[in-house]
Amino acid sequence: MTKRQQRMAAIGALVVGLGLAATLGFTAIRKNMMYFYTPSDVAAQAPSADATIRLGGLVVAGSVRRGEGLRVAFTVADCESEVPVHYEGILPDLFREGQGIVATGRVGTDGVFTAQEVLAKHDEEYMPPELAEKLTDENGKHSCAEFKRVVQS
Amino acid sequence: MWTWFHRLASPPHFYRLAERWLPWVGVAAAGLLAWGWIGGLVFAPPDYQQKDAFRIIYVHVPTAAASLSLYTMMAVAGAVALIWRMKLAECVLVATAPVGAGMTVVALITGMLWGKPMWGTYWVWDARLTSELVLLFLYLGVIGLQQAFEDARAAARACALLAIVGVVNVPIVKYSVEWWNSLHQTSTILKLGKPTITADMAVPLYAALAGTFLLCAYAILRRVQNELLWRERRTGWVAELL
Repeated sequence: MTKRQQRMAAIGALVVGLGLAATLGFTAIRKNMMYFYTPSDVAAQAPSADATIRLGGLVVAGSVRRGEGLRVAFTVADCESEVPVHYEGILPDLFREGQGIVATGRVGTDGVFTAQEVLAKHDEEYMPPELAEKLTDENGKHSCAEFKRVVQS
Repeated sequence: MWTWFHRLASPPHFYRLAERWLPWVGVAAAGLLAWGWIGGLVFAPPDYQQKDAFRIIYVHVPTAAASLSLYTMMAVAGAVALIWRMKLAECVLVATAPVGAGMTVVALITGMLWGKPMWGTYWVWDARLTSELVLLFLYLGVIGLQQAFEDARAAARACALLAIVGVVNVPIVKYSVEWWNSLHQTSTILKLGKPTITADMAVPLYAALAGTFLLCAYAILRRVQNELLWRERRTGWVAELL
């Protein structure tokens, strides 16, 4: 091998090795890379009552109930499960039924998620309002598929 | 077959080639950016949910795409510099880093400005945002490493190694939104399959994307020219030129 080929091999080995190490590392800590849990995760393995977690999913159509003041109750769902959520505070502008959200809070012993913060999770679809009106169906316009399970059953 | 490659590597040849290309690249960049930004900011319809706030896409997506592409280019230039000891590749490497860092900063800031009204927060530590921030630190690391050396060639070689090691982060940024749960949405146009944006919104976006890449090309070519002049300042062709 010439010097040049040696350098080529060394750089190739470096990139392949780093790629492999990164793949193995991130596969091992997949759970830690997840920004939120899904309703299916909560159903499969209820987190302890004093653990603060993030819960991500779609706001179920027809589930939003406004209480007095800033109190609001709604249900968050992914493709399989649902979790009831209670929250008191200001909701982001994009919060609406059928919209993806990420809430931070705790799951109580009664299975109700009490949120301290609610963020809107926008999806990747962009369209003018006239088109959006034509596309509405009973499930809303958003896909539940983008919520990936953390706990594998 | 390799003659064009060797000719391209010759500093005076490349300098003159860049000089000839630069006006065209500049005019095309200005034209495409004007089309993309006027079309996107003025004529495109508002989004059904985000209203006018979605228009940040015409700056955010092109700069974010450029931040990843430029890093990849920088790593390739680094590999060429290390393997073939090509001076021009070293110049491209050190010329690209500040441009890429600038694109990363713009992408991060526009994303934060959009995040506050839409998500409800400027920043979260999810996989996409965090890995893009790491990308900025990698760019800054390359810039800092280059400044730390007296000898330009030794500096470029160290930067090349850092650039190649950091390239692992590029697919992580790109696919973070698919591999893991994140607050950030998945790709709208730069993905396999049909873009999830209507044509009247997408066409200015493609123009802004092409314009941003050409603007980066313009800035990098000019910086490569400067780097070549400085490195070759004691040679005949530079004396002749100036």
